[in-house]
Amino acid sequence: MPATTKNSFQLVSNGILNENPIFRLALSMCPAVGISTTVMNGVLLGIAVLFVQVFSSCTIAAIKNYIHPRIRIPTYTLTIATWVTVIDLVLAAYMPTAYKEMGIFVKLIVAFAIITMRLETFACKNSVQASFWDGIGMGFGFMFGMMALGLVRELLGMGTILGYDVLGFRPLLFFVLPAAGFFCVGLMMGLFNYIELTYNRKKKGT
Amino acid sequence: MRIAPRAYLFPVLFLIAGFLLAGCGSDHRFVKKTAFQDTNAITIEFAGPVEGSWATDKSNFTVYEKPDPDIQLIIEDIALGPDKRRVTLTFKDDLNQDQPHVVTTTDIRSERRSLRPAILTVKKLYLGHLLSIFIGAMIISNFVFTKYLGLCVFFGTSQRKSTAVGMGITFTMVIVVSAMMAWFLYQFVLKPYRLDFLQIVVFIGLVSLSVQAVDTILRKVNPALFKAFGVYLVLVIANCIIIAVPLILADNEYNAFESLMLAVGAGLGFLIALFLMSSVRERLDLANVPPTFRGLPIAFVVAGLFALAFLGFSGMSIF
Repeated sequence: MPATTKNSFQLVSNGILNENPIFRLALSMCPAVGISTTVMNGVLLGIAVLFVQVFSSCTIAAIKNYIHPRIRIPTYTLTIATWVTVIDLVLAAYMPTAYKEMGIFVKLIVAFAIITMRLETFACKNSVQASFWDGIGMGFGFMFGMMALGLVRELLGMGTILGYDVLGFRPLLFFVLPAAGFFCVGLMMGLFNYIELTYNRKKKGT
Repeated sequence: MRIAPRAYLFPVLFLIAGFLLAGCGSDHRFVKKTAFQDTNAITIEFAGPVEGSWATDKSNFTVYEKPDPDIQLIIEDIALGPDKRRVTLTFKDDLNQDQPHVVTTTDIRSERRSLRPAILTVKKLYLGHLLSIFIGAMIISNFVFTKYLGLCVFFGTSQRKSTAVGMGITFTMVIVVSAMMAWFLYQFVLKPYRLDFLQIVVFIGLVSLSVQAVDTILRKVNPALFKAFGVYLVLVIANCIIIAVPLILADNEYNAFESLMLAVGAGLGFLIALFLMSSVRERLDLANVPPTFRGLPIAFVVAGLFALAFLGFSGMSIF
């Protein structure tokens, strides 16, 4: 892929819609299933991923000319690991309760396929500025995906949104169960497929 | 002169057995045995009869979990056996039997003599403890179905049974190598020099290193095996489980045997999960799935059903 010609707005919307990390690329599914029980969890992990994605993209874009192609993957990994360590220590120091709830997933950002993939396909060929906007787009795409999942599960499971009681009753307690994460992701992917299929069919018809 | 390999076998086995059995001894001459009973009781067996008035007084015993001595557990009832040699301490809450417990007594009184006070450690049989870590990592808290890790690779390689088994075996090999190296580095380098905060950087480097090492060694030593499993080696590094296991064993301060059991359990648990999933997905190919659910969505729903089934194992304790 040659250097991108898109402007910053297109880069951001690309990450949120066309190449949404959770529903379109189906990457980094572990947190999407594991801790998407509430909207708040999605927001917090989304912020962590956004931070790591933006900073590693910028770092790699800045030093891309000095990396030997043969050792590029280890370089990416170590860059990501460094930024994950930073956010891990910051969250542990300033938000201990939320950090505890997210458990091991903050440290596991280091193994998220989405970040390495963006470095490999985008940041190592583009300028710092373009990589920054791409990182923002991908981070927000991930955050919105997590929030959408959290919204469905929190609303259906607990009848609340962000801790506020909205429905007044609990429609399907099943959705709070950890195992329901799989169902929720599967059903939402099915929904997106359905929308896409009907949209394409309509387009063909007219 | 070459010594036959069998000559080594017995001393080594003896050493291992001695190490494993060493856990059951007690620290006081008058105390024969200590053990957990049911979910909330500890029994202490003495070598001779003890005085009833001493043994049934709650203030003579203090019990705490070894890692936090500040939190004393509340003893609800003390029962003395008919032969006066066996004391059963019943507690208000269930005990966490994975942790060793320490029982401190005042001077033990037996037949009007006062013996020195005892500090006793109560723990599960070591072999049982190891086995429970193994079974725990493999089935009870299976990394895929109850901890939701390694899903990218899980959905990517569970389409055919042969792929699933190949991936599972390769993964088990790599995770054992890297977990043991991570344990060594953590215990002997990171902890003594207070470099704990470098955990993530060091472990991810170590994992890529061991993937590369297994790749190189396998290529030279067993080309046939490499041909069969080489393609999966690249995928191993994209799996969260392989980085989660070193982090877990560092958090829990596991020793070498416990780490080995956790790593093997995690690897075999991943193999089991892959095999189960691939068996279902091979059948799904023949089923009439609605077009919107074809591919990944239906795979997620199936995985959800498996996760519900594995929920049934939760809270199970074998030893």
